[in-house]
Amino acid sequence: MSATLPDSAPAAPAAPGEEAPERRVRSAPLFLSAPAALLFVALVLTPLFLTALLSFNQFDYATGRTGGFTLEHYLSVLTDEYYLEIFFRTFRISALATAICVVIGVPEAYILSRMGNPWRSVFLLVILAPLLVSVVVRAFGWSMLLGPEGPVNGALIALGIGRMKLLYTEGTVVVALVHVMLPFMVIPVWTSLQKLDPAVEQAALSFGASRGTAIVRVVAPQILPGILSGSLIVFGLSASAFAIPGLLGGRRLKMVATVVYDQYLSDLNWPMGAAVAVILLAANLIIMLTYHRVVEGHYRRRLG
Amino acid sequence: MTRNGPVALIFHALVVIFMLAPLVIVCLVAFTPENTLSLPTRGLSLRWFEAVFHHPDFVQSFWNSLWLAFLAATLAVALAVPASLAITRWEFPGRGFLNALFLSPLIIPHLVLGVAMLRLFAVIGATGSFGWLVAAHIVIVTPYVMRLLIAAISGFDRSVEQAAFSLGASEATVFRRVTLPMILPGVTGGWLIAFINSFDELTMSIFITSPSTVTLPVRMYMYATESIDPMMAAVSALIIGITAVAVLLLDRVYGLDRILVGQH
Repeated sequence: MSATLPDSAPAAPAAPGEEAPERRVRSAPLFLSAPAALLFVALVLTPLFLTALLSFNQFDYATGRTGGFTLEHYLSVLTDEYYLEIFFRTFRISALATAICVVIGVPEAYILSRMGNPWRSVFLLVILAPLLVSVVVRAFGWSMLLGPEGPVNGALIALGIGRMKLLYTEGTVVVALVHVMLPFMVIPVWTSLQKLDPAVEQAALSFGASRGTAIVRVVAPQILPGILSGSLIVFGLSASAFAIPGLLGGRRLKMVATVVYDQYLSDLNWPMGAAVAVILLAANLIIMLTYHRVVEGHYRRRLG
Repeated sequence: MTRNGPVALIFHALVVIFMLAPLVIVCLVAFTPENTLSLPTRGLSLRWFEAVFHHPDFVQSFWNSLWLAFLAATLAVALAVPASLAITRWEFPGRGFLNALFLSPLIIPHLVLGVAMLRLFAVIGATGSFGWLVAAHIVIVTPYVMRLLIAAISGFDRSVEQAAFSLGASEATVFRRVTLPMILPGVTGGWLIAFINSFDELTMSIFITSPSTVTLPVRMYMYATESIDPMMAAVSALIIGITAVAVLLLDRVYGLDRILVGQH
């Protein structure tokens, strides 16, 4: 543009015809993305900003009014035993669910990748499709399976172990979370297995490596980024899960999301709920961005 | 072709049972003739399905959800097509920021979006409005549409468009007759995945629905926290049925593995 401007200045009539497409091209992407951009600024950035502000507001239990500036909500999250216990429990449950998803999801993705079609497509559909069924339905299914009259207790009685209280325990929440999150582990591991050249594993075997050695020394290192990425997605989604602890955890077994819900809709202490939500969002973003840094950097080093 | 050993296949069978068990039991219990949650051991009955259709709250929530998902998916596609074209085809200031902004609802917990939207709606006096609920759903389903569209647009040969231009077609004609047909699988696949996600959404919606706009998942959550009877199983079985139809459609139109696994 800087090269054409001085030359074309005298020949004004010719210039518009030449410049028009360029100007159109320059403004086109802004026009095309403007409607979506406006919506996202209005309904993602603005509400998050307002919520962050709200979390510093004082709350008057007597009148329900909010206003002023205080750090007390953040302080009470960091010092109050009630909140500490809930954050600690959420962390424990999410970490356990993530670990079980690795133990089940990684071998399952490997087994799937070694199947031939049509079984491979069929079972991939079977493992992934529950992802699209409402989480309320799946939580309800688990509450029936593990209920006092459910088939699991029926089997325990038949085996002579006797009836166990399964509902409203951490174990049930973990099992249901694993069910909901397993596809999120299978997907990235499956994707990295697809990129893996089967000839490399064959080569290891033909050089006399045992099956176990081939998996540990050849396959595992290559799918590690997939496992990491799956673990972070599973951990992040578990830590903010709402329906599973809400329906299977009962009144006493609170997790972060159910506490935010209580603060907003039962206690009506919006600033407190906002502070917990802001901490949850910050934790999520820090985990995701750190991961992005680490994995991207790792790849760049290896490829570069 | 199967090279999995017996241990691997037993493990696989257990995983498949684990994934399907909660869905299967819901579908079985839905057909119980009894008054309690029990497996139908003495014949099958459709009485609980009938009960659902005579429960005005569930019927209203079902229509709310259907209408909401239809509007949100359609409008999300309408916004995402031009935005994806802009992001994939032009280099412009703010492109990276917009791309991150459009995909951000995937990494912001829906719970946080829910309380944030509730705050915004309270400030602007839009609490309980159906229109704003639709707008909120557009935000959470747009990233799914954009991911498919960006893949579809980057994977296509622009020489076809250039050929149309050189033959004298206008930009509108090229878009309508060349570009759109070529990205159509991405558009329909995106619409379907948006529809399913909006129809199933619970965590954000529970904060921003009012008694007249309650969606089906929110209604079910409320119902399940208070009482549990086989009607809940019947609604769940209906949802599983609807989802199964949508999944099969999606698989036909775009390939479920391509959408979920995201192979570009």
